[in-house]
Amino acid sequence: MAELAIDANNLTHKFGSVTAVSSLNLQVEKQRIYGFLGPNGSGKTTAIRLFTGLLKPSAGTVNVLGCHLPKDTESLRRQIGYMTQKFSLYDDLTIKENMQFIARVYGLPPKEQKARLDELISIYQLEKLKKQLAGSLSGGQKQRLALACAVMHKPKLLFLDEPTSAVDPENRREFWEQLFDLCDQGITILVSTHYMDEAERCHKLAILDNGIKRADDSPAQLMADMPANVIEISTDNLRQLKQQLIALPEVVSASQIGAHLRVLINKSIVDPIAFLKHSRIMSSKAELNIVRASLEDVFVLSTSNKLMPASQVSKAQL
Amino acid sequence: MMSLLRIQAIVIKELIQLRRDRMTFGMVIMIPLVQLLLFAFAINTNIRHIPAGIVDQSQTALSRVLQQTVAATSMVNFTRHYHSLPQAQAAIDRGDVRAVLIIPKDVAQRLVRHTSIGFGLPPASDEETSRPIAQWLVDGADTAIASSIKSLRNMPLAELLDKPVNRNVPTFEVTLLYNPEQRSVVNTVPGLVAIILTMTMIMFTSAAIVRERERGNMELLITTPLASIELMIGKIFPYIFIGAIQVSIILGLGHFFFNVPINGSLWQLTFATLLFICASLVLGLVISTLAKNQLQSMQMTVFILLPSILLSGFMFPYEGMPEVAQYIAEGLPATHFIRLIRGVVLRDVAVVDMTFDMLWLMGFTLLGLMAAVLRFKKTLD
Repeated sequence: MAELAIDANNLTHKFGSVTAVSSLNLQVEKQRIYGFLGPNGSGKTTAIRLFTGLLKPSAGTVNVLGCHLPKDTESLRRQIGYMTQKFSLYDDLTIKENMQFIARVYGLPPKEQKARLDELISIYQLEKLKKQLAGSLSGGQKQRLALACAVMHKPKLLFLDEPTSAVDPENRREFWEQLFDLCDQGITILVSTHYMDEAERCHKLAILDNGIKRADDSPAQLMADMPANVIEISTDNLRQLKQQLIALPEVVSASQIGAHLRVLINKSIVDPIAFLKHSRIMSSKAELNIVRASLEDVFVLSTSNKLMPASQVSKAQL
Repeated sequence: MMSLLRIQAIVIKELIQLRRDRMTFGMVIMIPLVQLLLFAFAINTNIRHIPAGIVDQSQTALSRVLQQTVAATSMVNFTRHYHSLPQAQAAIDRGDVRAVLIIPKDVAQRLVRHTSIGFGLPPASDEETSRPIAQWLVDGADTAIASSIKSLRNMPLAELLDKPVNRNVPTFEVTLLYNPEQRSVVNTVPGLVAIILTMTMIMFTSAAIVRERERGNMELLITTPLASIELMIGKIFPYIFIGAIQVSIILGLGHFFFNVPINGSLWQLTFATLLFICASLVLGLVISTLAKNQLQSMQMTVFILLPSILLSGFMFPYEGMPEVAQYIAEGLPATHFIRLIRGVVLRDVAVVDMTFDMLWLMGFTLLGLMAAVLRFKKTLD
């Protein structure tokens, strides 16, 4: 087994009576991009804060880069970078001033400071902006600045909490290229997101829902292991059909995508097309096709209450 | 292990932010300037020109001379004349005048028999023959006005008659040190240093930590290796200079415009002021770790500021306050600083000789800093 950057066992965190993270077991290998996929309030941010020592676990253990938390929090802080969900640099400082501030706080010797700043300014294309106040930057520019500051001290492990939520698709692509560059330099990255396309880029992925890990594996494996078939139906009167389909116990989910209905059917049904055709609610004109599963299907399936596949249940509770 | 580089990072950041925040920057200069001008002119315990009325029942040359003699003290301004006592009383009720002088019909007889005149030598204790020559009716609600008029009770009357004064030898001789001319600014301006510093210093730092939290910067700071003591020191440091600038403005203007003497050495003054600036900044930091938002920190600042103005000895003498109020006053840094700065500026006492107040401020600063550091946790829970 490869060396672990993060090793969490039974990690739990409660805010009063609310359990934000529940018995989380997570192993993140070094030099990987690991994704946290989950809806808002699923415990992604809390989990990241537990890994960075910002929150103390209510139960369980967590070991990050060989440091036991919360005991070794201070020594861990020099080795990790953390990009917060909300922009947390100073709006009333310029890009350069913000970067200088971070460099000093991380104790970069003044001689190295200038070289490191120049390097980061060129990597993250901040040359033209460096005298602008951070508060006046666009979402994409802010995020480049935040990333530059998060990697200022060359951390071994980088936490990114929904880094692209205020960024357009063009900048998002660019951003991910930069993440892979960092990963290539040996940095481990843990990134939380609620975008499927982003989650799909990760080496490995954990799906969180209500503080519980529903599944974790590589995106391809998750899609392959999905305990349901995906059927695309094109016919008339999709809204009504959808309601009728959802009422069937074998149908996990149905959602309209343009002129189609995308239906997830439990894998225990061997021939889903025949099953649907014989269900009598389908008009004879309807076209039915089995299609490839997407990550969204995995996500819908893992967070659905209707079907919790036995294999995943046992995996999540290990 | 404290790192100078990290403290420096905070200091530079604070200075840049301060420079960009024109409102705060303006406050640094404007607060001491405006308050000095306001208070130095306004707070005056020597009351003059009290609006007064007169009821002259005598209508003689003597009564008019008496009137002029009283007016010449410039303690009162006779603005109205009334024909009768009820009229005068009504005028006081309405607030037209604060006092009325009633000159009786027999003012001349009263005057000649008055002991200070010394005609005919009647026994001084004989109330039949020696009576006050006129009466004051005063709105006594304001004790300061009342006592001013009361001070007219034994006004010398020799000028009324061309006669040498029958000098009274006072029981005590009083020598007024440090402020022989009895100008209130001399006492007010050094005290004002304490009030203005209390206001601005606490206000600056009380917002310091809360603002980081409100603007979301705290999440960044606590993930860095920055230690809380480094953050606290870095936050205090720039404002020490700002406090020093404010003190220079107040005492400088006080010295050149209002002629307030600075008798002690500037070193002593600097030492006393630094002690107080640090104590106030630390108090602000403690508030900042307690408050949940900037509004709360502001409210707490006012909560400290009011007693600092009223109980510290700035407005009323400490010795005159009831014991409970004195205990409260002892808990305020401003009280101790007002003693120190008045000692240094007016009486040229060395700070070390006022040991208790000096040690109190030092102790307060250290304890406050410890409290702030302990209260500030680098975690979110």
